[in-house]
Amino acid sequence: MADAPLKTTPLHALHLELGGKMVPFGGYDMPVQYEGIMAEHLHCREKAGLFDVSHMGQARVTGDVSALEALITADLQALGAGEQKYTLLLNERGGIMDDLMVSRPDGDGVFVVVNAATKTNDFAHMRARFGDRATLTELDDRALLALQGPMAAEVLKAHAPKTAELVFMQTGWFQIDGVDVMASRSGYTGEDGFELSIPAADAESIARLLLADERVKPIGLGARDSLRLEAGLCLYGHDMDEDRTPVEASLLWAVAKSRRERADFPGADLILKQIADGPAQKRVGFALKDRAPAREGTEIAVDGETVGVVTSGGFGPTVGAPVAMGYVRADLARPGTAVDLMVRGKARPAEIAKMPFAPHRFHRG
Amino acid sequence: MSQTRFTKDHEWIRVEGDIATVGITAYAAEQLGDVVFVELPETGKSFKAGDEMAVVESVKAASEVYAPVSGEVAEVNDALEGEPQKVNEAPDTDGWFVKLKLSDTSQLDGLMDEAAYKQHIS
Repeated sequence: MADAPLKTTPLHALHLELGGKMVPFGGYDMPVQYEGIMAEHLHCREKAGLFDVSHMGQARVTGDVSALEALITADLQALGAGEQKYTLLLNERGGIMDDLMVSRPDGDGVFVVVNAATKTNDFAHMRARFGDRATLTELDDRALLALQGPMAAEVLKAHAPKTAELVFMQTGWFQIDGVDVMASRSGYTGEDGFELSIPAADAESIARLLLADERVKPIGLGARDSLRLEAGLCLYGHDMDEDRTPVEASLLWAVAKSRRERADFPGADLILKQIADGPAQKRVGFALKDRAPAREGTEIAVDGETVGVVTSGGFGPTVGAPVAMGYVRADLARPGTAVDLMVRGKARPAEIAKMPFAPHRFHRG
Repeated sequence: MSQTRFTKDHEWIRVEGDIATVGITAYAAEQLGDVVFVELPETGKSFKAGDEMAVVESVKAASEVYAPVSGEVAEVNDALEGEPQKVNEAPDTDGWFVKLKLSDTSQLDGLMDEAAYKQHIS
């Protein structure tokens, strides 16, 4: 499988034209950077950045959507028209199979966006569990672009004035340059911004239209990762996986209160017990005292005893220092607790820090 | 006269007397992207050719820097602690990593000259 040819997105030719440095990611040939991760990261926080996230899985679920609800942690009955929720796909042990967005952009069931590396498995799992109650239709003829940053709304407003009316986690259909585009006010950077689902054939022209605005620069996966890390957002397969529950992953906020009351999501018994008893480990952020970044896999120690592991780490260009997140023993999870990050065998002092590292600037209306 | 030699792992080494200055090439610095941290060895430490001698961290990843030849660390570039970006700005000069006191100058013969290195990265 390692030799399977890489897939490309509808913007592949544009990435090459823009000088993107291409790398394999989630089975796709994707740009890790254009001019440089640092510059792209800072540009996105200051103005606006355009990301190609077409490798992610888009699908429609129609029919009885309670068949989908049974597999995730959102309350779909409470999900109104034009609303979007961040939710988790769980296995029977309460482990996280994926994190995803679910929304109702129109009257036709729900729209979901899942991760690239997990989409085949997610969709097979959903179809198997739906039986004939609901239908999942993959929208692999659509591209997904993210326009993120404090100027994203002004940029998009010039092409689709009505998008300015959306607030964080709202969604709907809009016309951009005569093309029907599904836009949601959300993203993966901690900034205000939008994700745009566009017919594949029109993706490049809309990308060019947005890039023609001098406030907008193309942003690669490298800065996407440093932006989301500073925003304290999880990367699936790193900061959470099938062996981590929402309680351990500090994602209990994504388990709807009504679902907890009904105890009707996968692994509910185990998760509700974990809520009552407290988990053994918890996902936290780390502020590092010196300049050495602590990468994924770095052991966390207190008095020489291993108490956890870093699951994402790097340099935060906006913070101006290394930032990391990972799992520690739950009794050590309080912000301010001193720990050592064992970077190449050397104990580097750090403390548990509140996330996000860079403040969220969502447009909450 | 001093001559710069290169390794296939993109270190450069410039010898003056029995002291050699080591850094990473402009090509390597460009590939790494923005350097945010450099971990340097302690003065007095000895390395054999090919040993991991330093680590250079970009926003994205950590990369090892290897000793091009055997020797003892005579001096390290402390300026990189506060200004790791010097590795990007001046990889061939101010962005040097380590000065090595060579134990076997004949090892230099096994390294590439500039023309061969240019061929190597093309």
